[in-house]
Amino acid sequence: MNARFSEAGELVCPAGTPAALRTAVDSGADSVYCGFRNATNARNFPGLNFSPEELEASVAYAHSRGAKVLLALNTYPPAGKVDLWRDAAAIAARVGVDACIVADMGVARHVAETYPQLRLHLSVQAAASSPEAIRYYCAHFGVRRVVLPRILTIPEIREIRREIPCEIETFVFGNHGLMVEGRCSLTNWMTGESTNMDGVCSPAAKVTYEEDADGALRSCLGGFTIDRFARGETAGYPTICKGRYTAPHRPEGYYAFEEPVSLNLARLLPELMAAGVHAFKIEGRQRSKSYVRKVVGAFRVAVDAIRAGAAPDLADLVALTEGQKETQGAFQTKKWR
Amino acid sequence: MQLTLGPLAYHWSAERRRDFYARIADEAPVAEVCLGEVICSKRAPFHERDLPEVIARLERGGKRVILSSLAEVMLKRERQATADLMETETHEVEINNAAGLIARGQRAHRVGPFLNAYNEDTIDWMAARGATHICLPTEMPGSVVAVAARAAAALGLGVEVQVFGRAPLAVSARCYHARAHGRTKDNCQFVCEDDGDGMPLATRDGQAILRVNGIQTQSESYIELLAELSEMSDMGVSHARILPQDVDMVAVARVFDAVLRGTEEAAAARARLAAICGDTGFSNGFWHGEAGYRHIARRSDAA
Repeated sequence: MNARFSEAGELVCPAGTPAALRTAVDSGADSVYCGFRNATNARNFPGLNFSPEELEASVAYAHSRGAKVLLALNTYPPAGKVDLWRDAAAIAARVGVDACIVADMGVARHVAETYPQLRLHLSVQAAASSPEAIRYYCAHFGVRRVVLPRILTIPEIREIRREIPCEIETFVFGNHGLMVEGRCSLTNWMTGESTNMDGVCSPAAKVTYEEDADGALRSCLGGFTIDRFARGETAGYPTICKGRYTAPHRPEGYYAFEEPVSLNLARLLPELMAAGVHAFKIEGRQRSKSYVRKVVGAFRVAVDAIRAGAAPDLADLVALTEGQKETQGAFQTKKWR
Repeated sequence: MQLTLGPLAYHWSAERRRDFYARIADEAPVAEVCLGEVICSKRAPFHERDLPEVIARLERGGKRVILSSLAEVMLKRERQATADLMETETHEVEINNAAGLIARGQRAHRVGPFLNAYNEDTIDWMAARGATHICLPTEMPGSVVAVAARAAAALGLGVEVQVFGRAPLAVSARCYHARAHGRTKDNCQFVCEDDGDGMPLATRDGQAILRVNGIQTQSESYIELLAELSEMSDMGVSHARILPQDVDMVAVARVFDAVLRGTEEAAAARARLAAICGDTGFSNGFWHGEAGYRHIARRSDAA
C-alpha cells in the first residue's frame, strides 16, 4: 500500500502526461508531480503537461490507488500576468491536488491565504539552501516541505534538518542542473525565453544541428554553438551548462560547468534517509512511460527494502545509468564544488 | 532618476578597490554606491577591513552607501556574514538571499536583483515586510518592468533597473574559475583575482559568449540601456544601476548622467560609451523582450 505524507521515504515521481502519471502510480509512486500546459511550471515543453480536465481525472486515478498528486506551480509570474498562476491555483484547489509546489513569494502568499487547506511545498526553484531561507517560507506561508537544491552534501543536509520545521525532499535521480535553480537566465540570454518566467530551459524549438565541412557536428541553441562533436562522436543535446567552451588557457574546449552527466544517488539512499530526508524525487517529466516505469519500479523496491530495515539490492538502480556518465553530484563530497 | 553604482562582482585586490572607490567618491556623478561581497564569501576577508575607510571616503564625496549581501548562502560563514550584515543600523542594506529576510524582519531594507521580485504580488508582499526599494531582475523585459515599477512606485518604493554592465546570468554552488584551473572551490587559491573583468568563455567556433566570475556566470557583452532611460523614468523607475567593469567607470557614470540630465542625446552618448568600452559589445535584448545578447536598434540611434 502506498504511503501517506507522514511516512518517510516517500517516492516522488515525474509525470509529463496523464499516461505517465498512471504508469508512475502503477509502478509504485507514493506521489506524482506534474504541471499545467503553460508557463506556470518549470517544464513548459511542447507536447507535455496537463489540461485542467486531465489533471482532475489524474487526481481521481491517483487517489483511488492511494497515491498523491503534487502540482508544480514553480515559475515566477511576470508582473501583469499573475492571473495565470492564480487560475492554476484555483483549479488545483478545486480538483483536490495534495500539494502545490511553489517558488514565488507572491504565489506562495496567494495560495496560503486563499486556500489555507492546500499543502505548500517549496520548489527547488526558490533556491532555499540555508535553514534561515527555509524558515522564512515556513514561517510566512506555512510551507510543509522544502525541495533542497542539489548542491548540499549529506552532512549538510543532516544539519539543515535539525534547524527547520518542515520535511526535506531531495532529487535522487535524473537530469542534473548545475546552476542555482530559479537564478539562471542563460536560456533567456541566448533564446529570448526565460526559465523563470516562461518555464523553459534550452528549448527544443531553438535547437539546430549543423554539419561542418570536416564532418564535425555542432549542436546549437539560438544560433550559438554549445558543443562541437568530431565525426563519429555522439552528439549531445545543447544544454548551455553542459556544453564545451574555450577559455584563454583552455583553447581545446572543455566542459566549463559540468559534463553531460545524470544524477544517480541510488547508493546513497540509506544515508539520505538516515540524514532525515523525507522524500526522494525523481526528475524527468519529459521522459517516456517506459522510462518512468523502469526507474520508479527500481526505486520502489529499494525504498521498501530500506523501510523494512533490509539492505537494498541497488544493482538495478545503479544499472539504470550504466553506460552513461553518472554522478553523485554535491551529495557525496564538497570537492564537487 | 538617480544613478546607483552596484556592487563590484569581481575579486579585485584590496588596493585596487581602495583606489577605485576613492576615485568614484571624488569624481563619479552617482548618488549611491553599493558595497560588499555579493558573489563569493571566501573573498570577503581580503577587503572587509578596508570597508569603514571606503564607506567614509564615499560619504565624504556625498554618496549614499548601501551594503549588499551575498547572493548564495549555504555555508556557516555565509549564514553568519548574512546574519551580521542584517544587524546594520548605520546604513541601508540590500538583501540578495532569502536567508537575510528572516534576520532583517520588519526593519527597512532594499531587495537586491538576486532575490526574485518579478511581479506586483511579490513586491506588495515584500513592501509589507519592510522593503523600501527593489532592484528588479536584469532579465525583466521593459513591458513587465512597466507594470512592476508602477506597482512599486504606488507603494512608495524605490525601483531600480540595471542599465550598464555584464548581465548576471547564473550563480552556482560550484566555482567555475577553480574548475577551469583544475581546482575546487576549497582550494581555489583565488585564481579569480587574475580576471578583473571575468574569464572569457567562447564557443568552440570562436564566438565570445560568456564570462566566468567564480561561482557566477555573466554575459560577454555589456548591457547598455541609454536610449531606454527616458522610457524607464516615465514608468516610475527611480534608480538606474551601473555595474563596475574593468573600464573607466567615472567616464561611464558621466555618460549616463549626461543622458539623465538631458544634456546629451542617447545616440551620441552611446558612441561615447562605445569608445570607453573598447572591444566589448553592447546588448539590450532583455529589455526589448528578445534574446538577451541582441542589440535592438532604435530610432534614436539613427538620429
